[in-house]
Amino acid sequence: MAYGPHTPADRERMLEALGMASVDELFADIPPALRSSPLRLDPPEAEQDLMTRLAALAGRNRAGLTSFLGAGAYPHFAPPLVDQLLLRGEWYTAYTPYQPEVSQGTLQSIYEYESLIAELTGLDVVSASHYDGAAATAEAALMTCRATGRGRVLVSRAIHPHYRETLRTYMSGAGLACEELPLVEAGPAAGTTDLAELERRLSDGGDPVAGVLVGQPSFYGLLEPMAEVGRLAHAAGALFVAVIEPVSLGVLAPPGSYGADIAAGEGQPLGIALQYGGPYLGILACTEPLVRQIPGRLVGLTTDVDGRRAFVMTLQAREQHIRRERAASNICTNQALLALAASIWLASLGPHGLRDVAAMGAARATELERALADAGAPRLHAAPYLNEFAVRVPDAPAVHRRLLERGILAGLVLAEAVPDQPAVADGLLVCATETTTSAEIEAFGRAMAEELAATRSLAGASR
Amino acid sequence: MTVAGPRLQPTIFERSKPGRGGGKVAHPPTDALDRIPADQRREAPPGLPELSEPELVRHYVNLSQLNYAVDTGFYPLGSCTMKWNPKVNEWAARLPGFAGLHPMAPDAVAQGTLQLLWELEQILVELSGMRAVTLQPAAGAHGELTGILMVRAYHTARGDLDRTEVLVPDSAHGTNPATATMAGLRTVSIRAAPDGGIDLDAFRAAIGPRTAAVMITNPSTMGLFESRIGELIALVHGAGGLAYMDGANLNAILGRFKPGEAGFDVMHINTHKTFSTPHGGGGPGAGPVGVGEKLLPYLPAPRVLREADGSFRLERPGERPTSIGRMRSFVGSTGVLVRAYAYLRTHGASGLREVTDDAVLAANYLKHRLAESGAYDVPFPGVCKHEFIASAASIKRDTGIRTLDIAKRLLDHGFHAPTIYFPLTVDEAMLIEPTETESVETLDAFADAMIEIAHEAGTDPEAVHAAPHDTPVRRLDEATAARNPNLRWRPAVGSWTPCPD
Repeated sequence: MAYGPHTPADRERMLEALGMASVDELFADIPPALRSSPLRLDPPEAEQDLMTRLAALAGRNRAGLTSFLGAGAYPHFAPPLVDQLLLRGEWYTAYTPYQPEVSQGTLQSIYEYESLIAELTGLDVVSASHYDGAAATAEAALMTCRATGRGRVLVSRAIHPHYRETLRTYMSGAGLACEELPLVEAGPAAGTTDLAELERRLSDGGDPVAGVLVGQPSFYGLLEPMAEVGRLAHAAGALFVAVIEPVSLGVLAPPGSYGADIAAGEGQPLGIALQYGGPYLGILACTEPLVRQIPGRLVGLTTDVDGRRAFVMTLQAREQHIRRERAASNICTNQALLALAASIWLASLGPHGLRDVAAMGAARATELERALADAGAPRLHAAPYLNEFAVRVPDAPAVHRRLLERGILAGLVLAEAVPDQPAVADGLLVCATETTTSAEIEAFGRAMAEELAATRSLAGASR
Repeated sequence: MTVAGPRLQPTIFERSKPGRGGGKVAHPPTDALDRIPADQRREAPPGLPELSEPELVRHYVNLSQLNYAVDTGFYPLGSCTMKWNPKVNEWAARLPGFAGLHPMAPDAVAQGTLQLLWELEQILVELSGMRAVTLQPAAGAHGELTGILMVRAYHTARGDLDRTEVLVPDSAHGTNPATATMAGLRTVSIRAAPDGGIDLDAFRAAIGPRTAAVMITNPSTMGLFESRIGELIALVHGAGGLAYMDGANLNAILGRFKPGEAGFDVMHINTHKTFSTPHGGGGPGAGPVGVGEKLLPYLPAPRVLREADGSFRLERPGERPTSIGRMRSFVGSTGVLVRAYAYLRTHGASGLREVTDDAVLAANYLKHRLAESGAYDVPFPGVCKHEFIASAASIKRDTGIRTLDIAKRLLDHGFHAPTIYFPLTVDEAMLIEPTETESVETLDAFADAMIEIAHEAGTDPEAVHAAPHDTPVRRLDEATAARNPNLRWRPAVGSWTPCPD
């Protein structure tokens, strides 16, 4: 067996000590009628052959595309030092730090993660960590219900569709109500959360609202009137959850500054590989008064018996292994290694590097907006954005398909991703980051112009 | 640490000095943010640390050396399955074709990964005896919630709305009752029989028309195969409930017991236990869930489908309205699943059965060594599966030394401690799981250390009580940490420094 140390003589010695002739005797406690049918699986594969197989599978994914796809997962530059450090076995082969005396590395790294995310979000309590942005958002919604004793949350329809779907699953499981807030349909604020409707729902005489969830930037890349959302939510006694993208916080106002009680979001942009959806990093942060409501691991600073500074998991009375059915969540395994990756990435860039990453994305996005508008695909919305926006493209799915044939991944087809949003049915959601080059943008603009010309002449011919 | 000198490290904030670092990314044009309204912008940069690359790397290397890890030693944590984490799996997950793939990429771009996921589902179906598997859940507890929400959807679809109770043995992981609560259901705790199995009479008394499901960890958290499992499943089915299997201990039964064949309706699998994906200091993991025929319609969306032409695709939004919906964004923790796939391919049918045989053999051997020494109580004398319980109850009575002290003293011997005080049903419990990847020499050395500590508890109890002695820090003041929580570093000086270049 691969990785097994036992020689036949070792096995024999152990069996002999047990007074047994065969290992089968160790399974005599399985009722005969319930014993397994034979495993119909392939025979073992040598490491060399396995590597060939895996390389071939990886090769079946189409690489080398010029991509403008974001929509909740963003490519960013990660200095090689990040992965080299992650590959140290002391990090990735350790378990949850239940024995703090031999886990100070993991514990201190988590404390530093909490501190770094607190700096980014402007919120003092950061739990480490959650499965992804969607699960963290769902946990945030549940937190608002626990903290207020209310059972209804309002969620902006401009939050990522996967997050809204996840939220629905979690909320209905817990028997709580989850209502979506519509978006402004036209004018300069089109595509952002409808504040008039928010205000109406907060005082509609229905069940009192526990929490209001709005994304910043939103799924459509737009900047939302967060401070105003916070004022409205608080006036109704509700908590305000900002669903954030962490790299943007290098340049955008932090949630703590505009009155958010909780911030939740996807930590993948902090140097974590795209890898088709995970493992990612659910960020969850809150204000000090909510500390006993936050689910997930918390590490605090303390001392040992000799007075040395040390780190330890704390406030565990919130957690399932202590509190069982009264725990704040069932979460146990989390994303500690990804929290470490994010910490190393943030520390390797520093405050100015992070600002540069976010601002470069904005600069490239400005170029992209111009190139696509020149090609005949103008922005769909007028509100300010950071580095992602929707453009209007007639017959977007077909154009997207043809661009893919030319090696360009032209963002996300909104008609397919959010079929419940007719307002964006002819939209493509595109993004730029610091990894996007001007040459790629120019190529995209040219290809888009050609495809749109082809579409027009086709439409003309059929008329 | 260097080989000599202080081992503890300053925080990364204390290492920071304004003006250090830089050179990683290009500077954007100065007008890059001009179109962002001023009131949406950050007034001052976040107070992140500023370090040169050598300082940064040394910080994390030195910190890493304060950790115990599978790569550095024996990690006998019961119920955690701290087996070897193969290095080729790390290579596989980092292949650019896998690692660089965007989760919203069109199916045509993602055929290699989709094929891998589809094949992995088939392998897990065969191992579990279930009808189908979802790979979406990100961890075991996430899988539990997925499973129990499907159970709820099943009863709801049948108009069976009064089933609000989940039966959970009192020896179960805390995640089981916490999951029931998250799914809006009530936990009914079932006591164990003297032999460590579920008490059939207590089970019968608790079960009824309000039973939504029973969650059974098999083998149990005491390392015992639930020998009455057939009766238990028949009882819950007879009452109209469903049987959930917590697969935390799957390492004990590969190729020996298929939960689906035995009648379980739903189970989760912990890839970070059974299939060697690294624990990462607490995560990530993955918690695939297998279902039988009854729960098939309710699997989370999207599923991976194989088309008639052999290509693969994801379900489209809304394609299967019976689904419980999404449990998370995107398709799942694919990077973890690539590692699990590599592990399963490496072992194949014969290798997986050998994994289980060797894991169970090692646990029984270690249990025998401790039982034979007479140093510890071993409450369940028969064969165990992949883990077993020892107890320091007698040692505590005779010397005042507790399981916690013994665990800490083991650290001085260079071993990680077993899981302690779990399950909650055994006094002074130690749950010991050696896994199949530890040599007999390591098992003997661990047994010798355990026996020596038991002896030391009688001869020099203070040495054991004050342990650990040789670790980077010694016992911690956990009470103060909880009473006055300090959960973040506060930079001593202002955090806003001008950009150095």
